[in-house]
Amino acid sequence: MPLFRFTRKGGLSRGPRPHSPLPWIALIALIVGLIALAFAWLAGWIGRDRPTAQRFTDTIEATGPAHPGFRRAHSKGVCVSGWFEPTPQGAALSRAQVFHQERVPMLGRLSIGGGDPHGADAQARVRSIALQLVSDNGQEWRMAMNSFPFFAVPSPEAFLEQTQAQLPDPSTGKPDPAKMAAVLQKYPSARAFQQWAKTAPWTTSWANTQFNSVNSFWFTAADGTRQAVRWSWEPQAAVEVLDETARAGAGLDHLADEFATRLASGPVRWNLVVTLAGPGDVVEDPSTPWPAGRPRVQAGVLSLAHMQPQAGGPCNDLNFDPLILPDGISGSDDAVLAARSAVYSHSFNRRERETARGEAGDAAGVSK
Amino acid sequence: MKAPNRTTGHFNLLARVLHWTMAVMILAMLFIGVTMMASLHLRPTLVDIHRPLGIAIGLLVLLRLYNRLRHRPPPLPADLPWWQALAAKASHWLLYALMLAMPLLGWSMLSAGGYPIVLWSGFNLPPIAPHSAALYTALRSAHSLLAYVLFATVLMHLGAALYHAWVRRDGVFESMAKK
Repeated sequence: MPLFRFTRKGGLSRGPRPHSPLPWIALIALIVGLIALAFAWLAGWIGRDRPTAQRFTDTIEATGPAHPGFRRAHSKGVCVSGWFEPTPQGAALSRAQVFHQERVPMLGRLSIGGGDPHGADAQARVRSIALQLVSDNGQEWRMAMNSFPFFAVPSPEAFLEQTQAQLPDPSTGKPDPAKMAAVLQKYPSARAFQQWAKTAPWTTSWANTQFNSVNSFWFTAADGTRQAVRWSWEPQAAVEVLDETARAGAGLDHLADEFATRLASGPVRWNLVVTLAGPGDVVEDPSTPWPAGRPRVQAGVLSLAHMQPQAGGPCNDLNFDPLILPDGISGSDDAVLAARSAVYSHSFNRRERETARGEAGDAAGVSK
Repeated sequence: MKAPNRTTGHFNLLARVLHWTMAVMILAMLFIGVTMMASLHLRPTLVDIHRPLGIAIGLLVLLRLYNRLRHRPPPLPADLPWWQALAAKASHWLLYALMLAMPLLGWSMLSAGGYPIVLWSGFNLPPIAPHSAALYTALRSAHSLLAYVLFATVLMHLGAALYHAWVRRDGVFESMAKK
């Protein structure tokens, strides 16, 4: 039976025998149904055991009490601003405009790890900085960096396992230590991370903390040469260690208070140090540090001059998605980088919605 | 407006080319949209496709609307029940409205979220809305909601087209499918 037999303008089919519409209606229902099913599966509405960005964000939220309007991770922080000045060595590595103009305005955020917007600054093992550099051609480079030198786990799935191990057990209200032990057992990098957390010195300030890209990126030079890189912001301020006694006695907002005092006597600076991957270095796995001795390029200097509370601050309604990049810098195939971008997007949408609905309460944001 | 093409009974060539090209683009766009929001792995790749593809659809729909207003489409079969004819007309205009609204919502939503609107590496569109949490939330919700409405309308359109092709066999499907 030819599929496209027809007569125009409502004329009846002139086939040798009338066709039954039922098989055709069933076929149409099947086609439409299959497309709808595929859509629902890709959206994560069915097959709910699959890790999706929404479920990852849900899991992060479930590790602690809800704080509407705040970032789901690194919730406590301050807005900062200043500028970036590149070096010719940086300009040789990447054609990004940020390396080819004298000075680039910078908006950023200094923060501590964890989901508690009222956490104690001096008790947070992880510190972080997020930056937005907007060059003269309007292109943006957003970064979200941490004080740890490598990621605890190699993949988004492992990251989710690690986050699930931090969920409070319903019977005790605390995470089940056996689950965290299982994650440590499974991932050598998680054990190495734990070792870093135990042994790395606690410095006195954000200003003398080094922040690392952790994930890898590609720099593309003016001649098209591509180079896999990781970068660090190395403090110009002298490293001073906050000993156990001082740390125990430090105020809730120790880092913010200290930084405000420091800024009063002038800008605080970090050097952008770009580390170049060698042949065979693993670019896609943020839990594997590159061998020591890789070439390091001093690509620029960051100066922070101003600080203000995040509530109503200009950094608050920004998603520091590390994959917002200018021409001349691109993301690597590191799956953790992709997952960060995906989860940050949901975290941003949720807190902006809470802010818009006036649920943000104390803080986080002022709806403009 | 030119007289409807009653002699051939089909949409003009430009309408047919635009229809099938955009059918593929829009269906791809809807699947890319939900996948990039859910996937932990594919978001960067899919977002990079979603933005320029959306703007391309927005530009093509302008051309399509212009063509649609200049060339009246062939009439529906005279024996088509009134409610089916009404559904056909209403869904076509709903599709046009959504095809136009979705790219604009996407563009303005990114503007209100404080995002750069990167069409491809090195080329940004200017923001078309002020940076605001409230505005972002409203536009973001509208973009999602209307995407589901668009998907449902596309499925109904597909079901109806196949119904004309395989059950009624009245030439409506061929008015768009004719080579």
